[in-house]
Amino acid sequence: MPEKSASNLVAEPQSPPKIRSPKRPAGTLYRGKEGMWSWVLHRITGVAIYFFLLVHILDTALVRVSPEAYNAVIDTYKTPLMGLGEIALVAAIAFHAFNGLRIILIDFWAFGAKHQRTMFWVVIGLWVVLLAAFIPRQLMHIFGG
Amino acid sequence: MSLIEAPRTPTRGHRTGGINWEKWGWIYMRASGVVLIVLIFGHLFVNLVAGEGVKAIDFAFVGGKLADPFWIVWDGLMLWLALIHGGNGMRTLVNDYATNPKVRKVLLIGIAASTVILIILGTLVITTFDPCPAGADPALLPSFCEAS
Repeated sequence: MPEKSASNLVAEPQSPPKIRSPKRPAGTLYRGKEGMWSWVLHRITGVAIYFFLLVHILDTALVRVSPEAYNAVIDTYKTPLMGLGEIALVAAIAFHAFNGLRIILIDFWAFGAKHQRTMFWVVIGLWVVLLAAFIPRQLMHIFGG
Repeated sequence: MSLIEAPRTPTRGHRTGGINWEKWGWIYMRASGVVLIVLIFGHLFVNLVAGEGVKAIDFAFVGGKLADPFWIVWDGLMLWLALIHGGNGMRTLVNDYATNPKVRKVLLIGIAASTVILIILGTLVITTFDPCPAGADPALLPSFCEAS
């Protein structure tokens, strides 16, 4: 009798979950492996970009002071050291941008949450492609006389 | 009460109406992020990749750009969206890592103040900018300044 009444209470499963459990521990969205490291990198690149943004607004504001003041400061951006710094800046921005799109896909699309690890490597792939295009161009500009 | 609360235990009880600012902040990060990808990649291409790259940037270059309403709107949007996006991101980090309430408050006020000050400063700079300031060395100005 108890079994019968209990089975009446439990609703028939409408659509059984199709996500198979991984063979090895694969971490979750934000704990361990790609999910966690993308989160860590997103925070580090975000902070780096934020502090550059503060400085960049202040240096650009010098156009309101005088042409000489602006040129004097912007010339420091053209040195080889800062040229390499611009590569680091573009690298940080590109990762933050591509991983930001990955986060949006995870948030709004069931497919995104399921394939977030694959999408992390897609992010890395796009990042490598963008830097492979930018770095030679930038090196040409800063060392090309 | 056990030491470790159950996951999703609300820290300040259940919400009882009003605007859900955390939700709108969450939406803002995603919406502004998508727009910023277009604006910042465009900005980087024009200023670092096209032509002579970073070596072409000087007062005349910026003056030429900011004489065009298109770039005033572009840079203005970038300024507002990026600073609020970055400020809100920093607020998240401070809330996560600043465990001392006083330190946390100081940092949050600092973020809010720098965001407001830099948005006002940047907006004033791009809206009141004169590409041909009187008395400046003509060699440093955009080429179109000679005509006037």
